[in-house]
Amino acid sequence: MSKDQEFLLPASGAFIAASLFVALMLNWLPWQGLWLAVRPDFAALVLLYWCTHKPHRIGIGIAWMVGILADVSDSSLFGQHALAYSVLAFGGILLHRRIQMFEVSEQPMQVLPLLAASYGVFALVHWLSGGHLSWEYFLGCLTSALLWLPMSVLLQTLRRSRNDHNNL
Amino acid sequence: MDSTQSFRFFNRGPSPVARLIFFMLLSVLLLFIDGRYKHLESIRNVLALPIHALQRIATNLSTQPGALLDELGNYLDTQGNLVRENVQLRQQQTAYAAQLLQLQILQAENAHLRKFFDVREHADFPMQMAEIVYAERDIFKRKVFVDKGTQKNVAAGQIVMDDIGLVGQVTRVYPWLSEVTLITDKDHAVPIQMLRTGLRAVVFGSGDVSNLALRYMPSSSDIQVGDVMVTSGIDGTYPPGLPVAKVTQIERDPAYPFARILCAPLAGVDQQRQLMIISGLHKLPELPVEDSKITESKNKKLKRSKQ
Repeated sequence: MSKDQEFLLPASGAFIAASLFVALMLNWLPWQGLWLAVRPDFAALVLLYWCTHKPHRIGIGIAWMVGILADVSDSSLFGQHALAYSVLAFGGILLHRRIQMFEVSEQPMQVLPLLAASYGVFALVHWLSGGHLSWEYFLGCLTSALLWLPMSVLLQTLRRSRNDHNNL
Repeated sequence: MDSTQSFRFFNRGPSPVARLIFFMLLSVLLLFIDGRYKHLESIRNVLALPIHALQRIATNLSTQPGALLDELGNYLDTQGNLVRENVQLRQQQTAYAAQLLQLQILQAENAHLRKFFDVREHADFPMQMAEIVYAERDIFKRKVFVDKGTQKNVAAGQIVMDDIGLVGQVTRVYPWLSEVTLITDKDHAVPIQMLRTGLRAVVFGSGDVSNLALRYMPSSSDIQVGDVMVTSGIDGTYPPGLPVAKVTQIERDPAYPFARILCAPLAGVDQQRQLMIISGLHKLPELPVEDSKITESKNKKLKRSKQ
């Protein structure tokens, strides 16, 4: 019960949308070569955060739509990211109580399998459609899991400071 | 049993499993339509407009500091460097002028000979410059986006080159952008001809930055390190005579029927920012029907042997 018992106001829709937008913009920075391989999937992380913390607000539908946007930007097949993100969101919603039971510092190990599943779905579709796979691709889900801790702390503090602002 | 219990928490609307199945089916349907029939290009074009604008902003934001540093470096360039560069450029210009003169003579002679042999004149390909806007963010692919699209009459299938040689091919066109698949993209094929021997072959991309592979060449074939390949123009997609690659490494292992030949692209496939899109290729006569069937079955065999 050492978990933060602070009362967080429900996050506004605008805040959720803004965080998703920033995550997509981070994905669209010109990553290349090895950096592209180790790039964490910011959009997937933020989606997973909201799916585990606000499972009734952010669901599979929104994850699917974000996936379609990612598909257009990466010019991958329509539905490839969408499928991967839907699986991720489903995992997040299914396990949100379990993940929230752990402290923030222990959560990365819990979200890693979910991220790996979503990366796996993406790679599977890529492989089925005749592409070749490279193992560097899966480095991305490790770095994404590592980024989970700083990202959830950041989002948590942002939500808190907004509340303070309102109280003042 | 556990999972059925946990679903009680989500009694709003359809259960997550139902939603997951719905969206998975939707995704698979889209994947199937996009992969097989390519009917979704118009939707993609509409969505691509704002997304590409945002991607451009992201690229610019992150490259701006680098550009500033470059400019500072230019400003601090010493006069000595500039003088030296000037002399060098003058020498180069003289050399080029002589070559240009020769080129004109050769062109005239060539035109004359062509008329002589009543060979159909090759079209003088109109070119347009395009600039790379950003590179593909997908680790599996080797593609770039350039800033000319259907608005400038770019069409899928056109050839992209730089001042040295072939860089790639336009594979998808948006109103203001087009996607160029580089020749180093995995399994991207270019029909070529060896400049030295006239041997025809197909060179494949390896998905690697600086390597192309010449597959299915018998160990006994007459290929040497340093041989230059140019496009053969046989497929009707690539105009003939564009420099493509140079042989860098040959392994002839008697245990295998084929030699392992690696080539490096001549053009700066990953270095240039300005590229040329060649448009208006001449049409080749249609293939007779039976012949095309035969080549199709050959292609299938080729694919099978690749796997």
